[in-house]
Amino acid sequence: MPLHEILFYFLSAMAICCALGVILSRNPVKSVLFLIATFFAISGHYILMNAQFLAVVNVIVYAGAIMVLFLFVIMLMNLNADAEPQKSRVVQLAAVLSGGALFLVIIAALRTVDLNTSGNLVTGDGEIGLIHHLGQVLFKEYVLPFELSSVLFLAAMVGAMVIGKKETQQIQEPSVK
Amino acid sequence: MPIKYYLFLSLALFAIGIMGVLMRRNAIIVFMSIELMLNAVNLLMVAFSKMFGNADAQIFVFFIMVVAAAEVAVGLAIIVMMYRKVHSVDINILNRLKH
Repeated sequence: MPLHEILFYFLSAMAICCALGVILSRNPVKSVLFLIATFFAISGHYILMNAQFLAVVNVIVYAGAIMVLFLFVIMLMNLNADAEPQKSRVVQLAAVLSGGALFLVIIAALRTVDLNTSGNLVTGDGEIGLIHHLGQVLFKEYVLPFELSSVLFLAAMVGAMVIGKKETQQIQEPSVK
Repeated sequence: MPIKYYLFLSLALFAIGIMGVLMRRNAIIVFMSIELMLNAVNLLMVAFSKMFGNADAQIFVFFIMVVAAAEVAVGLAIIVMMYRKVHSVDINILNRLKH
C-alpha cells in the first residue's frame, strides 16, 4: 500500500472520528477542539491533493480565526459541561436515523452513477492548487466576486457591530430617565 | 485515490453535520455542525477540481470560506445578543423571536 493511501485512510478516520466527537461531546469547549482537529485533517487532505493554498487558508481562516471566535464566545458565556439540557431520546434517535437515511440514500444513488472519467484523482502532481496558478485565475477571471466579497465583509462587520451594540443602548435608556 | 472515496468521506461528514444540527440543543454546537457541512462540501469540491484539472472549483472554495467567515461573525453576534437577553443558548427557548 503506497504512502498516500495510508495517509488518506488515516486522515479520513481522523476526520470522521473528530466530527463524531464534535456532535457527541457534552462540553462545548471540547466540541470546538474536536472541530479544530477535523479542520486539520481536512487540511491534510488538501495537501494530499496538492491544493496547498487552500490547505494554508483552511488552517489560517478556519482553525485559526473562526474557531478562536467560537472559543471566545463559549468562554464569554460561561457554559458548563452538564448545564446543557438534552433533547429527548426519541428526538436524538430520529436525528440519527434521518441523517443515516440521507447518507444511505445518496450512497444508493451514487452506486450506479457513472462518473464519466477514468476515476482516478491525481494526488501528488499538477500545479492547479498552487498559489501562483490560483492567483492568476482569481485576479483575471474572478476579480468582480473578489471585490464584492470585500463589500460583504464590510456589511458583516457593520452588522456584527450593530447587533452587538443594540443591547447596551437599551440598557442605558432606562437609566437616563 | 478514486473519486468515490472522497465522495463517501465528504458524504459521511455531511451526514454527521446534519445529525448534529438535528440532535443538539446548544445553538453554538448547531452552528459548528453547519461549519462541518460547509467543510465537507469544500473537500468534495477540491477533489472534483483535482479530478477535472480545473481551478475554478478551488476559487469557489475560497469564496465559500469568505462567506462562512462573514456568516460566523454575524451569527455569533446574534447568539451573544440572545444570550444576553435570555441567558441561554438553548434553541428550544430561542424559537420565539420576541421576548
